[in-house]
Amino acid sequence: MVTIQKYVRAKTLEEAYTLNQNKRNRIVAGMLWMKTGSGSMNTAIDLCDLGLDKIEETEEQFSIGAMVTLRQIELHEGLNAYSSGAIRNAVHDIIGVQFRNSATVGGSIWGRFGFSDVLTVFLALDTYVELYKGGILPLEQFAKLPYDNDLLVRVIVKKAPAAVVYSAMRIQRTDFPVLTCTVSQVDGQYRASIGARPGRAMLVRDDEHLLADGITQQSAEAFAASVAERVPTLGNIRGSAAYRTHLIKVLTQRNVLALGGL
Amino acid sequence: MEIKIKLNGKMVVDNIEADLLLIDFVRSHGCRSVKRGCESSNCGLCTVLMDGKPVLSCSVLAARADGHTVQTLEGLQEEASNFVGFIADQGADQCGFCNPGFVMNTISLLRENPDPTDDEIRAYLSGNLCRCTGYEGQLRGIRNYLNSRKD
Amino acid sequence: MEHKNYKAINQSVRKKDSMQLLLGKPVYTDDITSDDALVVKLLRSPHANAIVQDINVTIAKKVPGVVDIYTWKDVPKQRFEIAGQTYPEPSPYDRLIIDRHVRFSGDIVAIIAAETEKAANKAMKLIKVKYEVLEPVLDFHTAKDNPILVHPEEDWAQYCPVGGDNKRNLVSTEFHADGDVEAILSDCDIVIDHKYHTKAYNQAMMETFRTYCEMDRYGRLHVISSTQIVFHARRILSQALGIPKSRIRVEKPRIGGGFGAKQTAVSEVYPAFVTLKTGRPCELIFTREECFIGGCPRHEMEIHVRLGASKDGIIRAIDFHALSNSGAYGEHGPTTVGLTGTKSIPMYTSNLEAYRFDCEVVYTNTVSAGAYRGYGATQGLFAVESAVNELAEKLHIDPTSIRDKNMVKEGMVMPAYYGETANACALDRCLDHCRRIFNWEEKYPVRDMGNGKVRTAGVAMAMQGSCISNLDVGSATVKLNEDGGYNLLIGAADMGTGCDTILSQMVAESMGCSVDNVAVFGADTDASPYDSGSYASSTTYITGMAVYKACESLKKRMCAIAAEMLDCNVDELAFEDGQVIRLGTDTTVSPVDITYKAQCNSNLVAEATESHASPVSPPPYMVGMVEIELDKLTGKVDILDYKAVVDCGIPINPALARVQTEGGIVQGIGHTLMENVTFNRFNRPAESSFLQYKIPTRLDMGKLRVEFEHSYEPTGPFGAKSIGEIVINTPGPAIAHAIYRATGVWHRELPITPEQIALSKPEE
Repeated sequence: MVTIQKYVRAKTLEEAYTLNQNKRNRIVAGMLWMKTGSGSMNTAIDLCDLGLDKIEETEEQFSIGAMVTLRQIELHEGLNAYSSGAIRNAVHDIIGVQFRNSATVGGSIWGRFGFSDVLTVFLALDTYVELYKGGILPLEQFAKLPYDNDLLVRVIVKKAPAAVVYSAMRIQRTDFPVLTCTVSQVDGQYRASIGARPGRAMLVRDDEHLLADGITQQSAEAFAASVAERVPTLGNIRGSAAYRTHLIKVLTQRNVLALGGL
Repeated sequence: MEIKIKLNGKMVVDNIEADLLLIDFVRSHGCRSVKRGCESSNCGLCTVLMDGKPVLSCSVLAARADGHTVQTLEGLQEEASNFVGFIADQGADQCGFCNPGFVMNTISLLRENPDPTDDEIRAYLSGNLCRCTGYEGQLRGIRNYLNSRKD
Repeated sequence: MEHKNYKAINQSVRKKDSMQLLLGKPVYTDDITSDDALVVKLLRSPHANAIVQDINVTIAKKVPGVVDIYTWKDVPKQRFEIAGQTYPEPSPYDRLIIDRHVRFSGDIVAIIAAETEKAANKAMKLIKVKYEVLEPVLDFHTAKDNPILVHPEEDWAQYCPVGGDNKRNLVSTEFHADGDVEAILSDCDIVIDHKYHTKAYNQAMMETFRTYCEMDRYGRLHVISSTQIVFHARRILSQALGIPKSRIRVEKPRIGGGFGAKQTAVSEVYPAFVTLKTGRPCELIFTREECFIGGCPRHEMEIHVRLGASKDGIIRAIDFHALSNSGAYGEHGPTTVGLTGTKSIPMYTSNLEAYRFDCEVVYTNTVSAGAYRGYGATQGLFAVESAVNELAEKLHIDPTSIRDKNMVKEGMVMPAYYGETANACALDRCLDHCRRIFNWEEKYPVRDMGNGKVRTAGVAMAMQGSCISNLDVGSATVKLNEDGGYNLLIGAADMGTGCDTILSQMVAESMGCSVDNVAVFGADTDASPYDSGSYASSTTYITGMAVYKACESLKKRMCAIAAEMLDCNVDELAFEDGQVIRLGTDTTVSPVDITYKAQCNSNLVAEATESHASPVSPPPYMVGMVEIELDKLTGKVDILDYKAVVDCGIPINPALARVQTEGGIVQGIGHTLMENVTFNRFNRPAESSFLQYKIPTRLDMGKLRVEFEHSYEPTGPFGAKSIGEIVINTPGPAIAHAIYRATGVWHRELPITPEQIALSKPEE
């Protein structure tokens, strides 16, 4: 269990940001993973009083506050209508309802955890993060950045015309995934995001236009093979690199076919 | 630091350390039903309701609960009594150590979804581990309770 | 088969503690003990094999709130063992409370006692240890006669002749045989010859190991522990601490699951030592991680089976060799391994002309193994049942038909089972029944579901024992109360299994009262009559018979008291329908009147205590069938349907027997598909939390259906046999069989991971 000297509920983002510049202080979100560590911190900075626990939907976008829980996005009708249920599919096997009532979107995205279902699904959409100092930048770019002392305020999903299919391979139903895979068509462009590689999720596009002439068994297989070639994998206790690469092909192909209604 | 938590309907004021977890706070205030089964936030034994929602009290800072409402099984005896007898009839209490967390989450399930299907029950309670029963008896108990309400 | 008209037996009454448990009442160790107790924490070795050269606790002791820290220098020097077994134990005396020589990564280096957990944890980080790191022996295949000795010490001792030799890394060896195996095997049309490997699964009971200790009002050591073995724990503490047993009282409150884990005194000695040293109450609660790295998991085993048969599927000979990994200490090593053969080979008694069993149990520098539900039978049955399935598939004979031909049947003498006769055996009916409710003919063929998915089925049978014959002792005291009810005092331990309730049902049946009128108490070494404890599936069968006998004695005693009241000869009286009657008259004497008489100017006590031991251990039997859907591309196996039919004699409480069965099946599913044990660079189990060691959730077990075939065991209470352990044995071989059906690949190591399934190619 991590030890904490002091607990502060920030009154403003500025206060939170200032406190967070000290390396001995940390933002606590759901605290679910942080708790399992054995380190210590001076000040735990809590964003819970800043009104960041809401999902705002407009004609153009969804704006998801950093403190919105995974359970909220699981149940949000607009988000799930837009993503054809992919967001619900991506989170509903994460541990359990109680866990998802505490785990936050901000914590999941900021953590850029290798095992993250959340990062994987949002990467495949037209998603941006709003940082307190860093401003708004594409999630794809953010996902590659090293950790710094900025604050993640919101996650923004633009309502570009999209179709999305999510799937994950788990050995046990509520376990960390062995591999996560989203295939989407956003603004006419096909992309696949692969997570639990086991490194951070990464996004690859159909740059070779393998699916440009429509989704067939052959084109799906070709795209899956291309994704598997471009996404590096490693082994850990849940599976070897070879198995993960094999799974990339299987899940990508299946998701593409599902996207094509096949 | 001083915190105020409405625990099972009673306002509790206490001076705590910043890293005190909600599970240890409620246990020290007499709510011994709340159990710890892991250190990794995924067994469900410590489930309590915070502002009416089930959360893992092992993973919530007591400080985060300051100003909020917390309920444990000690405070929901009557609501639990409606259905736990049906689980007892199946012998599905077994060792009982996971029961409080399981009962708390079942209360929450039935509040959110008063007439769940078997699959909805399994999905909602999937974060409540049990090593004794194989889960099937718990499901039969809940199903019998739901059926009894329809009769 | 006898079917009696029981009133309280074979009834699904609620467990006596149900409402307390379901409503979250404070009934477990940490709920009922003093808030002022010192916190005890254990510093564990990061090395698998090392000598503590120097240990400095000076700085650590200065942490505010730290009361004391103990190292190898402070503890008694006599060796002991912590397996809860009847004295003299087969397990070797190979432990000290803290040994200078640490033998696995996780072995104890120091005991910290502090006012708070925070202080204890802080102090732990400040203890300075200098280790002389030695090369460990980690692979159990190379442990025997390895130059590296896990226990080189001269004072290693074993008080039972079970073939152990610490200078060869041997915990024990065993051999028995019947007939000429080699001759029969060479005469067989077909011999299935394979090795089967199972790992050190964790019991993963929801309540971790924990023990509270205090000095009681008489200055004795009072131990409240989550244990299955109060009497053995008292003896172990006496041996470890060097104090008389009469100075120790051990009680168990409600227990949050055991499954055998708490048949080993894993946590007791450390807080007991602290309380003796400090005079203060203290409590040790294992973290979940400690349960994984320093608990007492199942014995990892490799079993080599050679099974010979004729081409029409008559099983003629079984040659069986087991290699068992006891880890760093010998607890339960000599005994678990025996069951691998005695609980598997006898199932094929029908046509068996010869068998041979031999085994070796070795020390390695890994976490010490212990007792886990199934206790060797699980490992043995995975091997033998898989071999029988392989035989059936090779011969293209339906695997249920091959069992019809070869299985043990009622009345047969079982040479591989101590020569016992199968008095009550409904295994044949279990198989018929299971085939019918499972719809075997339809589910067994491989069905292509499209998109790479196939459905098919697998089968396995199992047996176990109902006690340790000629050894286990159960006792019960039954006392008459003023209100006509009875008190039942036992030393057996209800760990959630419901023995308090089923033993009360036996009192109710015997004494003709309602189950509600029986108050049960257990277990406490000061108050309970002696009992070996709850393990070896023995509580229903052994303690149950003690309850029955105590009730019979009490009836006689009540007649004697009534005879004084009626001023008649006791021969004129009988106990019937809950009261004493004077034969041939309308005169009756109620239990209430008998109690009041016993309390007033009486020389007769209205209670009775009896013990029971058994020369036989009647096996329960079981058949399990599983339907799976297997995704050939991802390797994922979904359990769709698991059906099981059990013969446990007469089930005393069918609801509890059913839940026991369901729970055992799901544990078996976990071991087969998701519970893995691998070792990290510290030679500790990498799966050391519930995030990594994955037990099944309610989304992982499909639909279960459990039914019973009754038999009547003449030596058991009310016809009962055991149920607690057998239920874990069928999933491994049944699921491995179904996976073979779906993929053409036999997996002979558990667990079978999706990766192994997806990337394996069929043999030949």
